[in-house]
Amino acid sequence: MLDQTEGYVTADGRQIGPVVMEMKNITLRFGGVEAIKDISFDIREGEIRAIIGPNGAGKSSMLNVISGFYVPQEGQVFYKGAPRPQMKPFEVARQGIARTFQNIALFEGMSVLDNVMTGRLTHMKTGLFSQALWRGKAEAEETANREVAEKIIDFLEIQAIRKTPVSRLPYGLKKRVELARALVAEPSLLLLDEPMAGMNVEEKEDMSRFILDVNDEFGTTIALIEHDMGVVMDLSDRVVVMDYGKKIGDGTPDEVRGNQAVIDAYLGVAHD
Amino acid sequence: MPEQLVYAMEVSLNGLMAGVMYALVALGFVLIFKASGIFNFAQGVMALFAAMTLVGIQTGQVPFAHMINAIFGTKIHHFGWEIHSVIAIVLTVFVMIALAWAVQRFIFKHLVGQEPIILFMATIGLAYLLEGVADLMWNSEIKKLDVCLTDGTCLPQGINLAIDEATYNIFGYGFFIDNLDITATIIAIILVAALVAFSQYTKQGRAMRAVADDHQAALSVGVSLNYIWILVWSVAGFVALVAGIMWGAKSGVQFSLSLIALKALPVLMLGGFTSIPGAIVGGLIIGVGEKLFEFFMSSNDLAGALFGFTMNATENWFAYVLALIFLVFRPQGLFGEKIIERV
Repeated sequence: MLDQTEGYVTADGRQIGPVVMEMKNITLRFGGVEAIKDISFDIREGEIRAIIGPNGAGKSSMLNVISGFYVPQEGQVFYKGAPRPQMKPFEVARQGIARTFQNIALFEGMSVLDNVMTGRLTHMKTGLFSQALWRGKAEAEETANREVAEKIIDFLEIQAIRKTPVSRLPYGLKKRVELARALVAEPSLLLLDEPMAGMNVEEKEDMSRFILDVNDEFGTTIALIEHDMGVVMDLSDRVVVMDYGKKIGDGTPDEVRGNQAVIDAYLGVAHD
Repeated sequence: MPEQLVYAMEVSLNGLMAGVMYALVALGFVLIFKASGIFNFAQGVMALFAAMTLVGIQTGQVPFAHMINAIFGTKIHHFGWEIHSVIAIVLTVFVMIALAWAVQRFIFKHLVGQEPIILFMATIGLAYLLEGVADLMWNSEIKKLDVCLTDGTCLPQGINLAIDEATYNIFGYGFFIDNLDITATIIAIILVAALVAFSQYTKQGRAMRAVADDHQAALSVGVSLNYIWILVWSVAGFVALVAGIMWGAKSGVQFSLSLIALKALPVLMLGGFTSIPGAIVGGLIIGVGEKLFEFFMSSNDLAGALFGFTMNATENWFAYVLALIFLVFRPQGLFGEKIIERV
């Protein structure tokens, strides 16, 4: 068992901090269907945590529980050490949990820059009146937000398309813009829902590199979902494996790879 | 210059200003439709309600006086005071915000995710409910609306003498342009500029655009849909108040005011349901189009000479026929987003 307060050091020598988010005995039902059955795991500060599993394993449901889109019937979510009361998705976002979506949810009518700037909404504090007058504090705040946005845009190498309407971008770039929008919120926890889904090999490599760089450069805690096992094993520090709503494995990529239940789930053994 | 052309110019100018009035109403529809996908049939009644509330507050009317008198056997109708226009407008704005909150809290909060037709039906219900409330609250007699900054400076009415004189010197014929129309145009320009600035440069405006674009994505960047919808209904309520003041000052505050919503429909068909510039251009085209068409068709020298017959009262149907033509050839309107159905 890992220490609950201290954290650990990864194989490549990165120091992983204390637990940021803990899921305790989470059960989620849709009518009679149990999408998640009594699952517990934690996410630690600074790590890349993956949730993997075959299609229909309940990975996306789990991510939606963390981000507040689904409310579990049983169990408790702990965030930064305290039990989290039931929250709306926008309240979760304001707590510093940013996310992307499997099917991309961008503001299609806006430019890339405008999309990224919406990610700063949680950081905009100035009142309506001073904003309308565009003076002093509001102006300084806008400039500061713009700087963060430009920094992330540079970092993710999307400067060339800053002014392009998002609707005109190809799929791979849209995914990257969505990542940028989540990143500018400077989240304590970044949730990525199938960041590599539908990408070709080259795009997958780019995205993997960006995920690693983001974690390395900003120390962002990342939880991601993926069903492509190969990609995940290279990226993540610890992996939760789900199958039919149950947790069947949890540990470092190497530990998980040797787990018989995981091998069965992926290779397909008859379930009884 | 031929005298028919000079007349046509005068008619066009008047048409432009009538168009501004249509655009004011259409604007309220667009705001709500963009942000929530609700086609708010009650927008016209909101304009009526706003105008009635304004007059009621100004003249010190007791709200629900008939009901109170019927129940308690009293005979109160007026508080016996008059309230300054500016204060009355501010109070009316608060009433419209309260209305926005109530509409969201008691109706649309329970209809999230429903089919557009159900939301539309709910707004029809809201229209009748609000009309009933307006009647109960302020009674149904026709009222005169005077908005004055000080005793002397009220919303101006009647012919603008400066334009009359200037055009007389140029064309030998003085144009009749109503001062109220000019004022309405200026106020509409300020209103639209303020709305654009609000949506482009403020946090709330940005959040509003985000909600209009994608609900799920807006939630994920920390925007409360409920708050934005109340905000949007409040802004639409404010636009309704401006429209209500202008139309009320022009033709008195009466229940037929709510029918201006019907005039906004063809404007929206032309301009598209999702475009603020579309609402304005659509309003202007309808305004100018119907006035020019009327002028042309009713003139013996023009339509009479050309077709051998003349027509009157084309203003009543011109806008709708134009909208119908647009529905056939360009259903998304001039500025609306192209409708693409994925298979």
